[in-house]
Amino acid sequence: MKVLICISNVPDTTTKIRFNADNTAFDTAGIQWIINPWDELALTRALELKETTGDTIEKITVVAVGLKDAEPTLRKALAIGADDAVRIDAEPKDAFFVAEQLAQVAKDYDIILCGIEASDYNGSAVGGMLSEFLNIPSVSSVSKLNIENGDVKVNREIDGGSETLSTEVPFVAIVQKGIALEPRIPSMRGIMMARKKPLNVLPAVETEALTEFVSYELPPAKSACKIVDTENVKELVDLLHNEAKVI
Amino acid sequence: MDFEFTEEQLMIRQAARDYAERELIQDVLERDAKAEFPTRHIKNLADLGFMGMIVDPKYDGGGMDTISYVLAIEEISKIDSSVSVILSVNNSLVCYGIEKFGIEEQKEKYLKPLARGEKIGAFLLSEPEAGSDASKQRTIAEDKGDYYLINGTKNWISNANSASIYIVIAHTHPEKGHKGINAFIVEKNSPGISLGPHEDKMGMRSSDTHSVMFTDVKVPKENRIGEDGFGFKFAMKALEAGRIGIAAQAVGIASGALDRAIQYAKERKAFGTEIANHQAIAFKISDMAVKVENARNLCLKAAWLKDQGKPFATASSMAKQYAADIAMEVTTEAVQIHGGYGYVKEYHVERLMREAKLTQIYEGTSEIQKIVISRSLLSD
Amino acid sequence: MSVLVYTENWDGKFKKLNFEQVSYASEIAKNINTSVVVVSIGNVEETELKKLGDYGAEKVISINEIKLNKLDNQAYTKVISQVAEKEKTTILVFANNYTGKAVAPRVSVKLKAGLVSGVTALPSNYEPFTVRKKVFTGKAFADVVIKSPVKGLTLAQNSFGLIETENKAQIEKFVPELSDEDFRTNVEDVKKITGKVLLNDAEIVVSGGRGMKGPENWGPLEELADVLGAAIACSRPVADEEWRPHEEHVGQTGKIIAPNLYFALGISGAIQHLGGVSSSKYIVAINKDNDAPIFEAADYGIIGDVHKILPELISAVKEMKAAEN
Ligand SMILES: Cc1cc2nc3c(=O)[nH]c(=O)nc-3n(C[C@H](O)[C@H](O)[C@H](O)COP(=O)(O)OP(=O)(O)OC[C@H]3O[C@@H](n4cnc5c(N)ncnc54)[C@H](O)[C@@H]3O)c2cc1C
Ligand SMILES: Cc1cc2nc3c(=O)[nH]c(=O)nc-3n(C[C@H](O)[C@H](O)[C@H](O)COP(=O)(O)OP(=O)(O)OC[C@H]3O[C@@H](n4cnc5c(N)ncnc54)[C@H](O)[C@@H]3O)c2cc1C
Ligand SMILES: Cc1cc2nc3c(=O)[nH]c(=O)nc-3n(C[C@H](O)[C@H](O)[C@H](O)COP(=O)(O)OP(=O)(O)OC[C@H]3O[C@@H](n4cnc5c(N)ncnc54)[C@H](O)[C@@H]3O)c2cc1C
Repeated sequence: MKVLICISNVPDTTTKIRFNADNTAFDTAGIQWIINPWDELALTRALELKETTGDTIEKITVVAVGLKDAEPTLRKALAIGADDAVRIDAEPKDAFFVAEQLAQVAKDYDIILCGIEASDYNGSAVGGMLSEFLNIPSVSSVSKLNIENGDVKVNREIDGGSETLSTEVPFVAIVQKGIALEPRIPSMRGIMMARKKPLNVLPAVETEALTEFVSYELPPAKSACKIVDTENVKELVDLLHNEAKVI
Repeated sequence: MDFEFTEEQLMIRQAARDYAERELIQDVLERDAKAEFPTRHIKNLADLGFMGMIVDPKYDGGGMDTISYVLAIEEISKIDSSVSVILSVNNSLVCYGIEKFGIEEQKEKYLKPLARGEKIGAFLLSEPEAGSDASKQRTIAEDKGDYYLINGTKNWISNANSASIYIVIAHTHPEKGHKGINAFIVEKNSPGISLGPHEDKMGMRSSDTHSVMFTDVKVPKENRIGEDGFGFKFAMKALEAGRIGIAAQAVGIASGALDRAIQYAKERKAFGTEIANHQAIAFKISDMAVKVENARNLCLKAAWLKDQGKPFATASSMAKQYAADIAMEVTTEAVQIHGGYGYVKEYHVERLMREAKLTQIYEGTSEIQKIVISRSLLSD
Repeated sequence: MSVLVYTENWDGKFKKLNFEQVSYASEIAKNINTSVVVVSIGNVEETELKKLGDYGAEKVISINEIKLNKLDNQAYTKVISQVAEKEKTTILVFANNYTGKAVAPRVSVKLKAGLVSGVTALPSNYEPFTVRKKVFTGKAFADVVIKSPVKGLTLAQNSFGLIETENKAQIEKFVPELSDEDFRTNVEDVKKITGKVLLNDAEIVVSGGRGMKGPENWGPLEELADVLGAAIACSRPVADEEWRPHEEHVGQTGKIIAPNLYFALGISGAIQHLGGVSSSKYIVAINKDNDAPIFEAADYGIIGDVHKILPELISAVKEMKAAEN
């Protein structure tokens, strides 16, 4: 089987978020780019499977839609252990656009892994869209991926539990927490070998984006502590539920 | 001039940082308290290729440049210098020495397992009475025709217990002074080698330091490194390279302490405001940062010279002396900024301060570095 | 034209989030002079389906096919798309939960609809159609324009609220066109989560300090954690005095955590404690000392006796949870 991991090139998660003067674009000055954390775990899981399932997995490819500045991230994926990389040469305009670009590469793979969400635009969209472009099954919220005697088994998170599914291949797994414990650290050997592994650049296909980010805003600075009266504990629950939206 | 790191150098720095921040931090305090060797970590770091990262891939090394090495040592030392000293001795003293001056058979037999990290190396130069003055070797390697017979005692040997391959410096022709000294590759399990107790150290407590006693230890002729009498020069050359590793270690200790001090100063309040807002503290931070940056640049310069194949002895002594001295200053200030909390183990800065002290002592004390530096400037 | 809402059900029952979706869709429908159609897949009684009308659904299309008992993204996509085409839908509203995230992107490709997920408010503009969402994992907001004629949204939970109307929903049965080809995944086993939430994974953490007075008082704290699905933590002295195990100790020298919500109960908020919890999105403090430093770090607070407040808090949470389902 051939495995493809779709890699989103995102700002380091500790980045302080800033926008340009008129708040219409994300300010990328001085940003350190990383592999989207879910995608890095997806890659880790693919490598684990390749190592533990004999000859089942013949190749692991990583792909990103992006300009040249996405290449260091792809090379990091090669250093971690992917066999080859593809960059589709286009600015990622929106999830629909990205998914349509990815489809031209993904059509040749059996297991296609996407993250549940990119840590920048939080779209939670590309994986599902890609599967529909290819007209193949998808399983979302995947927390485990196994190959047993050549059959794919996945666990899907649901409210209050999880389900085990079998699926036909090719298919898209949209992965989340649990898929692998920790991302792999590239070894010196891996970093050295990455120099020689192929990183192919493909032209983008003609297509439109359907959405556009027009402006950004930072949330208001943390305000002083809201004190709730002892006589009115219910109000605290209300605030947590409706204002903070955390319970 | 170019101050940018390459993509690969950044990847290596990140790999070292990830390992340190995810793994080393977990048990660093416990290992320090118990003076416990980091067996698990050394195995993991070997699997990642850090144990022989600067060795040529031909000999199973990582093939990385010295700049990458410096970045990796710095990251690991921010969290745990007991681990970085094990790496440093293995990479830049033992592996470097054999790769640079050994013959093919020695590389095949000893360098490869060292570079893979399957075996650990130790470097045995210091003696009870030969520290700074390393030419006063009392360990004798008697030429017995087809083998050497070694007798004597080495002190302060890092990795003495965990290592299985030793590089031993000993006198063959005492009458010839330092020109009578030889360097040998000695397998630790050779009959006649015994270890003193684990030294109970101030810092870097989880690296294993012992004295090593030699009683009629037979070493085959082919294990001598270089020509007869090359040993002292060999040791000095290895130390030139080793000092870059120790300089990087000192930079890491200092910058780790600086990071912690900055974070603490922004959180701790006194007299109604974060202590960072008191100028006496803010200026300390500024002074510390300038020192760290200077030390790092000296260290990278020495690494760069070495990578370019240019002479780097003076540069590595400058880097080692300056970085070690400022590591002591910066860690002391970091403890000060932490107040009482800095004086207990959980905040790490007191440990960094203990670790910093060693960087001024081993692989040539700060005073000895000044001798090296001044001689290079003053000699005709 | 129509605004189409897909409502998931849990054993034949809807939750507040479904009514919120419908309320939200009704507001949009009012603004563009159209009506709300809901599609429900699964075995849901008519009385339950009718409830959707209370929030503005004019038509509820109920699809009850055994084959659709378990979520298959591809089959669900086909079904929802068929309904959308039949109802000439221009705007689709999904929930931003597991199922919504699984299905909405597929449907949006089938219908060539631009999709925005995790929408937090009504459109700020209809020409061009502009909605707001969180980006950078909550660190910022963005306004997004959907340019395509058909538009897809997934609605972030609790971002809108409920609006009841006088409306009555008309229920319509619908049999979608499906073939065996449409089912290519198979659910083999279902497991319910059991056991405690782990501290490092927890989205909500309930933590007690010396103000709890003794280990015998942890009962209510555990109950609160239980109803919230939260993990339990404590300050260092609590662990040092062996009121609680050391694995629960958070702070600079304990575990460092970053949940969405952190309850500090009887914790003074020493800097060493805050060092381990200050990355929490929200901090709630309950402390009898109004001068305790924890209130500087907290977002919400109650000044009072934790032993009196906890039981009230637990029943208020239970009440809220009951209203939710
Ligand atoms: C300069 C710039 C401008 C942009 N402007 C817009 C805009 O106007 N409107 C808009 O919607 N978006 C815009 N984006 C965001 C960009 O298009 C996103 O990459 C895209 O929307 C997917 O993000 P998402 O959050 O939807 O991904 P998600 O759907 O959350 O991502 C899920 C998974 O999909 C895969 N994936 C995501 N992106 C890629 C990728 N590029 N290559 C390969 N795999 C990927 C990964 O596996 C990821 O884990 C812009 C980006 C840039 C760099
Ligand atoms: C933890 C630890 C690990 C070590 N690991 C190793 C190892 O792996 N292998 C190894 O071979 N050695 C190792 N050493 C030994 C170390 O390199 C020596 O301790 C060091 O070279 C100093 O030697 P000394 O201790 O004999 O001090 P001395 O040489 O006795 O020096 C004492 C003091 O006198 C000063 N001094 C000496 N000569 C002069 C001079 N000419 N002018 C001015 N000042 C002078 C020194 O700077 C120092 O301050 C280690 C030491 C320690 C503590
Ligand atoms: C080196 C070092 C490291 C440390 N690391 C940590 C660490 O990692 N984590 C940590 O937590 N601490 C740590 N500490 C300890 C820290 O300094 C504080 O002492 C500790 O956090 C205080 O715990 P507390 O808030 O539970 O207790 P206290 O400070 O005693 O506070 C108890 C609070 O409960 C309130 N209270 C009392 N009764 C009631 C009531 N009936 N109803 C409501 N409120 C009530 C009081 O007003 C008070 O604010 C460390 C200390 C040192 C020296």
